[in-house]
Amino acid sequence: MQWDIVIGLEIHVQLATRTKIFSGSSTAYGAEPNTQANAVDLAMPGTLPVPNEQAFRYAVMFGLAVNAEIERRSVFERKNYFYPDLPKGYQTTQLERPIVGPGYVDIDLANGETKRVRIHHAHLEEDAGKSLHEDFHGMTGIDLNRAGTPLIEVVTEPDMTNAEEAVAFAKKLHGIVTSLGICDGDMSQGSMRFDVNISLKPSGSETLGTRTETKNLNSFRFMEQAIAHEVERQMDILEDGGTIVQETRLYNGDRDESRSMRTKEEANDYRYFPCPDLLPVEIDDAFIEAARNSLPELPDARKARFMEQYGLNDYDAGLLAGDSKLAAFFETTAERGKDAKLASNWVQGEFSARLNAEEKPVADSPISGAQLGDLVVRIADNTISSAGAKKVFEALWTGENDNVDAIIDAKGLKQVSDTGELEKMVDEVLASMPDQVAQYQQESDPKKQKKMLGGFMGPLMKASRGQGNPKLFNEILLRKLGT
Amino acid sequence: MHNKSVAELSRELESGKISSVELTREYLGRLKKEDEQLNSFISITEEQALADAHAADEQRAAGKATPWTGVPFAHKDIFCTNGVATTCGSKMLANFVPPYDATVTENFRKAGAVCLGKTNMDEFAMGSSTESSHFGATTNPWGLSQGEKRVPGGSSGGSAAAVAARLVPAATATDTGGSIRQPAALCGVTGLKPTYGRVSRYGMIAFASSLDQGGPIARSAEDNALMLNVMAGFDPRDSTSIDRDVPDYTATLNEPLKGLRIGLPQEYFASNLNAAVEEQIRGAIREYEKLGATVKEVSLPHADLAIAAYYVIAPAEASANLSRFDGARYGYRCEDPKDLMDMYTRTRAEGFGAEVKRRILVGTYALSAGYFDAYYLKAQKVRRLIQQDFIDAFQEVDVLMSPTTPSPAFVQGEKSNDPVTMYLEDVFTVAINLAGIPAMSVPAGFVDGLPVGLQIIGDYFSEARLLNAAHQYQQVTDWHQREPQ
Repeated sequence: MQWDIVIGLEIHVQLATRTKIFSGSSTAYGAEPNTQANAVDLAMPGTLPVPNEQAFRYAVMFGLAVNAEIERRSVFERKNYFYPDLPKGYQTTQLERPIVGPGYVDIDLANGETKRVRIHHAHLEEDAGKSLHEDFHGMTGIDLNRAGTPLIEVVTEPDMTNAEEAVAFAKKLHGIVTSLGICDGDMSQGSMRFDVNISLKPSGSETLGTRTETKNLNSFRFMEQAIAHEVERQMDILEDGGTIVQETRLYNGDRDESRSMRTKEEANDYRYFPCPDLLPVEIDDAFIEAARNSLPELPDARKARFMEQYGLNDYDAGLLAGDSKLAAFFETTAERGKDAKLASNWVQGEFSARLNAEEKPVADSPISGAQLGDLVVRIADNTISSAGAKKVFEALWTGENDNVDAIIDAKGLKQVSDTGELEKMVDEVLASMPDQVAQYQQESDPKKQKKMLGGFMGPLMKASRGQGNPKLFNEILLRKLGT
Repeated sequence: MHNKSVAELSRELESGKISSVELTREYLGRLKKEDEQLNSFISITEEQALADAHAADEQRAAGKATPWTGVPFAHKDIFCTNGVATTCGSKMLANFVPPYDATVTENFRKAGAVCLGKTNMDEFAMGSSTESSHFGATTNPWGLSQGEKRVPGGSSGGSAAAVAARLVPAATATDTGGSIRQPAALCGVTGLKPTYGRVSRYGMIAFASSLDQGGPIARSAEDNALMLNVMAGFDPRDSTSIDRDVPDYTATLNEPLKGLRIGLPQEYFASNLNAAVEEQIRGAIREYEKLGATVKEVSLPHADLAIAAYYVIAPAEASANLSRFDGARYGYRCEDPKDLMDMYTRTRAEGFGAEVKRRILVGTYALSAGYFDAYYLKAQKVRRLIQQDFIDAFQEVDVLMSPTTPSPAFVQGEKSNDPVTMYLEDVFTVAINLAGIPAMSVPAGFVDGLPVGLQIIGDYFSEARLLNAAHQYQQVTDWHQREPQ
């Protein structure tokens, strides 16, 4: 049987406010456990929450960025359950009147199409603390530094039909919140966490199947794997005539396996009710307009500008514009390098590959956009070949030297572009390969000819000790071989 | 000395007739002796009080005194006091020493007042008799001469009994459904529940957040005004406190009452009212007429729904507010928990008393899936109707008057096994909390040697008018001056 996959996402986005959503404690990551938890965060008796205006501003900015209605009178509710990392015994969150109403985000797909993913709503809430099960033998440690960190939880409609779309949406959302500057986007530190709701239905059917929720995926790769894993699991069950149990599942990315966390029957009755310690928050036009005026350039606008200003194609512009830090890096490289297309190739190629291989964010790159720009200049003006450029890149990355021209000199990478000298080399090589020359000249298929041309390049590069300009060699060869 | 009011003590300290240290010693001596039979205090902070009295005398000598500098008083043990155990009358918090002051506590500290200790209360302020305290019941000083142990009312029974017995001239209190006014009435003292949001709730341990309000208990309206001057005000640490100027509540005490329009809610003079109590209240109202007030009957049509709505909303909020008492971070934790669930269940089973558990269960039930609309939402709708009743009434009159309680103080144990009868103690008081308006209880006579309280209810932020009305009445009556034997 053919199955349609239905995917909806819930994304927890930690807001980059300086202090917590209801207390003055710092939200900085990585401090000693419980050093950033004051009496309010510890839920000491008699303490009360005081809303952090910045969290509301960020939530409104997010709402505007995803084309959503802003709720003018948003209400906080208590979600009641007991857990040691939830100090009050309830989470302060929103249910009936979330701050961000319905909106949408357009995503670009690999086939060149654009797809609209609707956002059901996004609400403000506080994060819980952390339970540390590993560090204490037979006991659980509680770290409340994270307790009270502001989050927006973004809930999509079930508009995605495969892992590619879900990941494209997740990346797009990552680009939006980091461009807005409302989240640092560091997924390894839990700044963005994804829950994936998946169900299958017979192809073309209107009725949704029973869904499962896979929680707390903290990388795009795990998200992709988890979706593939869960789709396969559900498909196996359905094709064997079984039924899907509505449940929450945990995915282990290292082992590519998942297990049930709790079923619907085991779910808590959270007994939501409006929090009497917090009055409804009134958001007026002035607040919304101020937030609108503070919106920076967003990925979609940036993409359009990259196509216009740098002449990039849709795909390249979309990739570079999606991540604000990568976009800024590219712009520095392009402006310094004076060749946007070449800058784009290098930023997306060698540079991004190297970051991925070392699992580094753009901010931790050992080379700057200006350095890569200098490298682009030397590629564009034929001072070095692309093979030579890779060696320069390597030297910059490892910190061997920080000056492009100094590396080119030290490594003797400057190309020979003196045509007289190159012609001499071509003559010598052709003279030493008479059979191949004859074969080439007898060949009538230009495709095969092109391939045979490559056979002369090897000896030529060898003769020039790798420093001959390959583009010029090519031109001379074509002329000498008489085509 | 112990019969003097806050205003009088303040003047004596100012004139130099007595020092705060002397005054504090005298009160402490009396308190330690007399409280053995009343049990109105959970803790007496003698050392701290004397240190504060020394500091107050120095302040006064330096010419930096407020009316409160060096005046002894007490806090209900629901207000957090930095470095001093704050128990809320519960085993759960018997060992809890907060590292911070409530805003109310801080205000009295800044004013230079000398806190002698923390007063007894129903556990987590849930009760009308101060019998549910983990630290034992408080006895009403009235009735002792007849050889009877009567309740002082609750939940602020410790504060009311201590003020009535002249152990302190004033004490802080809180009122969620009548917990200032009912004990004030039963102990023959004066108490005020301010408008919701007038006094900060920061550091005041929550029972039902949308109803809780701190306020004063003292013998006279004038002393209530002096207390409210210290307690009232906007607090950025409490989002529900209201940013509105605080008048000097003593400034308008002497305004004449001529033309004051008094409304008598007919529903509060119904059949369940003790006839002798009604007679005393009618007498008080005649005094007001002599002072120039006019009286008319008004109606609060939804009055009979107040108890039902209150006993859904208050427990619902309490069920969440008390979730933090889980044994994880502070307070009581059961011995040798086997696992997390065992820690939660035994800590809460052992740490909370019966009435607190009853209300947590009721509140949890009312918020549960499938019942939420029928109970919690319905109760909130009723709450809005009750609020509207008062808004309508205040279109016609300036204040409402009624008995504070249907009958005088009852004997200890009489109602403790019958929660519903106990809840009816609050029949005239809970609606005021649901509406969020201010109300006072003022001594207005005696029935069988036991005090009766007159409730004066006002519109939002009309505390000054209530205090003025109470003060003028106290200029022509002496019920508030009577001392239990």
